[in-house]
Amino acid sequence: MGFFIEVLFGGFLAGVLYALVALGFVLIFKASGVFNFAQGAMVLFAALSLVRLMEWMPIPIALLVSVGIMIVFALVVERLVLRPLVNQEGIILFMATIGVSYFVDGFGQTIWGSEIYTLDLGLPKEPVIILESVFEGGVLVNKFDLVAAVIAGILVTVLAVFFQKTRIGRALRAVADDHQAAQSVGIPLRDIWVIVWSTSGIVALVAGIVWGSALGVQFSISLVALKALPVLILGGFTSVPGAIIGGLIIGAGEKLAEVFIGPSFGGGIENWFAYMLALLFLLVRPQGLFGERIIERV
Amino acid sequence: MLYREAGQFKTSYGDDQAIFPIRQDRIGVAIILLAAYLAIPLTASPYLFTSILIPFLIYALAAIGLNLLTGYCGQVSLGTGGFMAVGAYAAYNFAIRMPELNLLVVFLLAGGCAALVGVVFGIPSLRIKGFYLAVATLAAQFFMDWMFSRIKWFTNYTPSGSVNAPPLSLFGFAIDTPAERYYLILAIVTVMALAAKNLVRGRVGRSWMAIRDMDIAAEIIGIRPLRAKLSAFAVSSFYAGIAGALWAFLHLGSWEPLAFDINRSFTLLFMVIIGGLGSILGCFFGAAFILIVPLALNQIPTALGIPISTAMISHLEFMIFGALIVFFLIVEPHGLARLWALGKEKLRLWPFPH
Repeated sequence: MGFFIEVLFGGFLAGVLYALVALGFVLIFKASGVFNFAQGAMVLFAALSLVRLMEWMPIPIALLVSVGIMIVFALVVERLVLRPLVNQEGIILFMATIGVSYFVDGFGQTIWGSEIYTLDLGLPKEPVIILESVFEGGVLVNKFDLVAAVIAGILVTVLAVFFQKTRIGRALRAVADDHQAAQSVGIPLRDIWVIVWSTSGIVALVAGIVWGSALGVQFSISLVALKALPVLILGGFTSVPGAIIGGLIIGAGEKLAEVFIGPSFGGGIENWFAYMLALLFLLVRPQGLFGERIIERV
Repeated sequence: MLYREAGQFKTSYGDDQAIFPIRQDRIGVAIILLAAYLAIPLTASPYLFTSILIPFLIYALAAIGLNLLTGYCGQVSLGTGGFMAVGAYAAYNFAIRMPELNLLVVFLLAGGCAALVGVVFGIPSLRIKGFYLAVATLAAQFFMDWMFSRIKWFTNYTPSGSVNAPPLSLFGFAIDTPAERYYLILAIVTVMALAAKNLVRGRVGRSWMAIRDMDIAAEIIGIRPLRAKLSAFAVSSFYAGIAGALWAFLHLGSWEPLAFDINRSFTLLFMVIIGGLGSILGCFFGAAFILIVPLALNQIPTALGIPISTAMISHLEFMIFGALIVFFLIVEPHGLARLWALGKEKLRLWPFPH
């Protein structure tokens, strides 16, 4: 039982990381209907920028500068990619974001280098044993996992408040509902896009910090985006809490499957299990757990 | 002036239903085929065959498969690499377990296996659509990657996991020089491209396009979504499967599952979109573009004599490739095929202003 819970916790940590990447997707999809494949590349880029800047300046300034870089990135993407492609079909925009992700992958590694960097922000990493009174031997948990979970929790709360309570948040939701209607009541679409891309750039930075601290900053981070996709379809493309809960389900599900079912299949099922899980789920509920119901009219 | 169909009267139903109804198109296709079958083999070097012409044709074939599904039936798929892998490994298993089979039969059976797998992974398309479906097709991709690297039966228990194509021969002729392989691929691609061109203007293709344009409306006018979507998945995977078998047998020779990973799927999707969704000709444009641009980018620094490291070249290549994709999407979101169509419109009047 103790082992089961350990695996479950390990899964939840992976899930939180997936959820952080998925969150960036959701923000952009919600506000602009763009399926942003570049999110993974943005996570890598943000983490690389931070890690290299930290060699030059103290951590808080490096953080601020990285945030600045992500905002500039958002401005550039809006100006050079989104604005010329306004009103194109979803798949064209999707392709464009794949192009952006190639560019950012190449660009980041050209200017920041492509080695593996360790990111140490002083987050605690030592393992602790909890629940010793409940099970024999207790459950081994990494303190870092708990920190990551807290960070994710704070981020989601902040975003939820931002979306629900602020003026800009209301404008974002209006844009998500209907671009034209939002524009006609005087919401500046371009500013909204910049804000949304900046926000998801900052989310990418947070995801990059958490991933980078856990695994080191390296190219493979940008492939994490692929793991965030089943989270998205499970949670729904448009739901912030869905990203978190979907992330936890996928993370826990794939780790449990790998440990307990995997050996009988020859191992390595982690890579596709999440997709199969999401796929089966979609057959029952096509819009995901929290997605908006899709109503179609002819 | 050059491309004017005035004066070409259709006097029979046969003329009216011809696959290329305009005379200039027929001449153009004939010239291209003549060049491909006669002129190119006479002049090409082995390097040109193995690293440009053969991959180009196979990519074009796989892109046609994907275009049937995505461009004509509107079902975005990121699993083409997986279906190519099915074709490659099915062909391998048929070839080594039943050595007496004719190579063409092996390829057909490989395509058939891929089609079956495609139908299975196409079932979710009945419930979900758009990006949800695109992500769901990734399941096929990752599942195939895993299956062919972990289940040893498919690789005939080779210890390294990489497999070799058996010696190839067709009707008693050994196929080993690049030119011979090129001819075999060219023949298959010609037949299948024409078949695809025909398919999409017939009843099946029209039902796919109706589903693409609006599935509910299509359902109401009596097109069965189940049959249309699954047949699109089947035909598309059939093409991808044969392309995969050709890729493995005639291009790579020995391969491992990594040859058909997710990047292959993305590359193909790029080809289809850069070439033009819903255009068979566009697949060839897209394949040529995506294949040649990285090669060219690779050559430029050496040609200019700029000393930079290979790692830097590959990063720059990524950057330029990404930027080019965005650029092309902005200039012409409907792809190179659309540019070609616009060019034909211009040629109709040229050199007169009106």
